[in-house]
Amino acid sequence: MQTPYLLWIILLPLAGALINAGFYFYHIKFREVPEKLFAIVGTVTPFIAFLFTLNLFLQLLDGSANFEQTLFQWLEVDQMSIEMKFLGDKLSIFMSMFVTFVGWLIHIYAVGYMKGDKGFGKFFAYFNLFLASMLILVLADNPVILFIGWEGVGVCSYLLISFYYTDANNVMAGNKAFIVNRVGDLGFILGVVTLFFALNQTGLSFTEMKANIHLASNDLLILSGFLLFIGAMGKSAQVPLYVWLPDAMAGPTPISALIHAATMVTAGIYMVARFHFLYSSVEEIGLFIAYIGAISALFAAVIATKQTDIKKILAYSTMSQLGYMFIAVGLGFYSSGLFHVFTHAFFKAMLFMGAGGAILALHHEQNIFKMGQHRKRLPIISATFLIGVIAISGIPPFSGFFSKDAILAAAFQEGQYLIWGMGMFTAFLTAFYMFRLYFVVFKAPSKQEESYVYTDKTITFPLVVLAIGAIGAGFLNFPAIFHGSAFVDSWLAELNSVKLHMSHGTEYALMVASIAVAAAGIFVAYKKYYNYDVYKPETEDGLIGNKFYIDEIYHVLFVKSIKKMSVFFVETIDDKIIDGFLMATSKGFVNIGKKLAVIQNANVRYYAFYMLAGISVISFYVYITLIGQ
Amino acid sequence: MSSLTGYAAVSMILFSLGAIGVVSRRNIFVIYMSIELMLNGINLFLVTFARYHFNMDGQIMSIMVIAIAAAEAAIFLSVIILLFKTKKSLDTNMFTQLKEEVK
Repeated sequence: MQTPYLLWIILLPLAGALINAGFYFYHIKFREVPEKLFAIVGTVTPFIAFLFTLNLFLQLLDGSANFEQTLFQWLEVDQMSIEMKFLGDKLSIFMSMFVTFVGWLIHIYAVGYMKGDKGFGKFFAYFNLFLASMLILVLADNPVILFIGWEGVGVCSYLLISFYYTDANNVMAGNKAFIVNRVGDLGFILGVVTLFFALNQTGLSFTEMKANIHLASNDLLILSGFLLFIGAMGKSAQVPLYVWLPDAMAGPTPISALIHAATMVTAGIYMVARFHFLYSSVEEIGLFIAYIGAISALFAAVIATKQTDIKKILAYSTMSQLGYMFIAVGLGFYSSGLFHVFTHAFFKAMLFMGAGGAILALHHEQNIFKMGQHRKRLPIISATFLIGVIAISGIPPFSGFFSKDAILAAAFQEGQYLIWGMGMFTAFLTAFYMFRLYFVVFKAPSKQEESYVYTDKTITFPLVVLAIGAIGAGFLNFPAIFHGSAFVDSWLAELNSVKLHMSHGTEYALMVASIAVAAAGIFVAYKKYYNYDVYKPETEDGLIGNKFYIDEIYHVLFVKSIKKMSVFFVETIDDKIIDGFLMATSKGFVNIGKKLAVIQNANVRYYAFYMLAGISVISFYVYITLIGQ
Repeated sequence: MSSLTGYAAVSMILFSLGAIGVVSRRNIFVIYMSIELMLNGINLFLVTFARYHFNMDGQIMSIMVIAIAAAEAAIFLSVIILLFKTKKSLDTNMFTQLKEEVK
């Protein structure tokens, strides 16, 4: 069914970005533009986009057919024709629902957070562009359009991470994010190309590919599935391409919230879900994805237990949760994975916003051991943060419990006990490090005597809305075992290649187990950190504290070796061989010229001689030829 | 026709002497005279062949050459005077200002 709304969902934030960019240009070149104007443009456009999405969602709920909107033919090369076309099916509308909603709330939060910043207008221009890119990615009808959004998201993350570009570290972090993502992007491009050939060039839109997937040979499908997943690894920060995510914390906090909750990192999960028909037909790759997810989840959780930077802890927790999502999509439980994306968007956005409030309250102090006692000073932030922590730890009835438990149950049912075990241990660690964070920041006694308390409504309003979401989102997929409707599962049922079917007894047992594990984690954190001695702060040391030295290893393996290669190219190949050859040639010409210049000595007699000699030679030649005749 | 060969040989010798003079002598006057010698060598050639073919074209041509040589003499001599005024010398090796030193 054709609809004009799809385009507007994307165009509105994009227009917001352009208008804000124009205002900002006017602002720096001519006359000051009030922050309010930027804020209004920046926040209203995502909200209207959200309303449009909601409208489409409700129509789909009524049983309407999938929406689509064809704008124009974009490319036609040989048999390949790519249309600028957007697709609003159950998956993409579900995704864009919370992308616009959570994105909108983060925009509101950013109004308060960025208040008084020099680059206020620029920030909102980037922010809207980020959202627009994400929406292009989500609503794309074929992988090529998806790739526009994919790259747009990458560019915006780069711009926003290095937002405070006067600090070299931020710029480095932005570069790192961009470069690591490029590695993944290469995989994505190759994957799409492989898929295109695997399908005998029978069209590139998702619906066409889905219909023709049986034509492809299995080997090529495995290859393209693997290559596409490399793209997902880069965007969704999975082992081994995760290194950019913790460094991305260099940007202002609203960006972290946006990257981690609604956009960017969920793109990888979404892409795998979008290609569900591909991954369902190659189970080996699915299993590979699930293992990468499990490893990433565990790995990040282990690192998070030793970090002292509040935002880095949250960054690693995001990576860990993304690992869960990949376990689910890898095993074919797409609805569970996407449901976790959905709940995660709420509580993670909230956690980041809360962290931002805590950071602001102490004048941009990010070390958790220098905070403490925030509960009294920041009651709303503290309360919402607690909700987020409980939700991510997986305590019922908060949203994180339902989504995480569904994933673990799925792993158990599929007989992947190793993955299940890793997931359970990660759940324990998650509860531990999140409550460690909470106790240290909000409960522990503090050294700080005075504190600047931030009570801007724009900061607390989104927090409260998200808190409601973090509590209630779980009920959207209330499991059938409790006579719930399991709405998300049935909504996205067509994606799933496997169904959850286990006896109620096992399901209960698994739930109890995961609650017990979470409770154990909380208990350990309580014992250790509730009355923590603030005068003995933890430091990041040891193997875990140093993040397993992965950054250093990468530095030696890739950065240094590539640098060495560049130096070799510059100093040997370019300077010596290529330049040497060129310089020798030009020097040769100069030398010949110098020798020849002696002839031209301005002496008339010599000139006369040359002339005569020339005439003689020509005459001789003519004479010879005449004789020849 | 042995006499034709003789005339031709003389004119060629005259021309060659003139050419050698132009190249080898340094005095501008001598160079000028050598040029005249070349012109006259050519004139002799033209006249010889005109006579040989009973065709007056060559003779007319030689008359024109003589006329031009006379005009040229006027210019050449005045140029020589000017050159002498600048350098107080008639040595051609002195007049090499158009040269640029090669570094």
